[in-house]
Amino acid sequence: MKKEIKDQYNHFKSLTAGEEIKFSGIIYTARDQAHKRLINDLSKGKKRLFDIKGAVLYYCGPTKAPKGKVIGSCGPTTSSRMDEFTPFLLRKGLKGMIGKGRRSKEVIAAIKRYKAVYFLAPSGCGALVSKYVKKAEPVAYADLGPEQILRLEVKCLPLIVAIDSKGKDIYGED
Amino acid sequence: MRVIDVKKITETVANLCLKANCSLRADVLGRIKLAYKNETDKKAKAALKAIIKNAEIARREKLAICQDTGLPVVFVELGQDVMIKGDLRKAINSGVVKGYKKGDFRESIVCNPLARKGSSYSGAVIHTDIVKGSKVKIIVMPKGFGCENKSRLKMFLPTAGIEEIKEFVIESVKLAGPDACPPYVVGVGIGGGAELASLLAKKVLLRKLPIQKGDTLRSRVLSLRPGTVPFLEIELLKAINSLKIGPMGLGGKTTALAVNIETYPTHIAGLPVAVNLSCHALRSATAIL
Repeated sequence: MKKEIKDQYNHFKSLTAGEEIKFSGIIYTARDQAHKRLINDLSKGKKRLFDIKGAVLYYCGPTKAPKGKVIGSCGPTTSSRMDEFTPFLLRKGLKGMIGKGRRSKEVIAAIKRYKAVYFLAPSGCGALVSKYVKKAEPVAYADLGPEQILRLEVKCLPLIVAIDSKGKDIYGED
Repeated sequence: MRVIDVKKITETVANLCLKANCSLRADVLGRIKLAYKNETDKKAKAALKAIIKNAEIARREKLAICQDTGLPVVFVELGQDVMIKGDLRKAINSGVVKGYKKGDFRESIVCNPLARKGSSYSGAVIHTDIVKGSKVKIIVMPKGFGCENKSRLKMFLPTAGIEEIKEFVIESVKLAGPDACPPYVVGVGIGGGAELASLLAKKVLLRKLPIQKGDTLRSRVLSLRPGTVPFLEIELLKAINSLKIGPMGLGGKTTALAVNIETYPTHIAGLPVAVNLSCHALRSATAIL
């Protein structure tokens, strides 16, 4: 049985790289342009769009929600493109990230330092992932279209711990 | 001369966009199912199972297989005895918009690559070939950009050996690693000039993947002549699968589903080699008018 964990980040610290979990709670979609803006806004101390402290970001730009559905296809995008922005966000209190693929050394070090976790979602399986999303609402940057920030409520989303709070990396060479 | 109205083109392209994005190619799905059967690694097997389940959900519910509904690449083989009544390029782009809208797909195209504003559907990449005959073949290939970002081109010296080419292809897969949704289909274009090698590498992804029963790779290698393209394809596939990147990059023996190579004559002074990777969601749909 896979462990079901909630979005409270004190649960995150006990996770180990390689572990498979089911995640329930709130996540925020954010990819390239949203990261760029988020950093810009947070540096300028602009009014908060959502609390980055303790938040979980999902690197995803979904397709549009077809009639009668909460969301469209919504799998993860390549995480490494967000690497240059991630240490800053971790410093600001980001506690979880969901995406696909490897992260840079700098990101791994920052994850360890700020006791965060990086998860893998089923990659290239956007239709499947959509089944775990119970609610989706826009939060910020609507003009970015598919890159806007959405607040997603997910239930039992299957994830794999890729980098744990001790900095252990599933893709690391050991 | 046969006349085809552009309305027909628009309608066809729209349907192909929907089909390509929601129904995984039968050969690709077949190859994934075969990999699932042969895979022994537990995590790899689970990842492949998710991919198969995803394809089933997408087809059943007419959902996009992947949220990245791609850069729409359209290949047109236009028979020289056909007259298109109207604006062909416009008709293709209208078809893309129509299909993508209907499918609730993602507006992944920014019309200005520098300003990066105003995402939309329009701006299909269109390759047109004039061919013999009075038919029009249209192929829509929504190309995911996670894997497109891993494309590479190298202009080798004309004296380079086949081992150097092999190394370059394997290195390209290594660099992509777990990031671009393995298992991959590896497209390789050899010859022509820089632009043609790149085009061949992408176009060869359209080739139907062989669905072999069981692991017959070994016997296939033995039946092929060393140095030939089919031999090289098998050799490379074996080498790439021994990298053990695996589905989702979690290990296992399925790093690539296939290696497809296309060649073309080239200049005595060079040897262009391009690699275009496709994620496991290799999508395309074809119609002949």
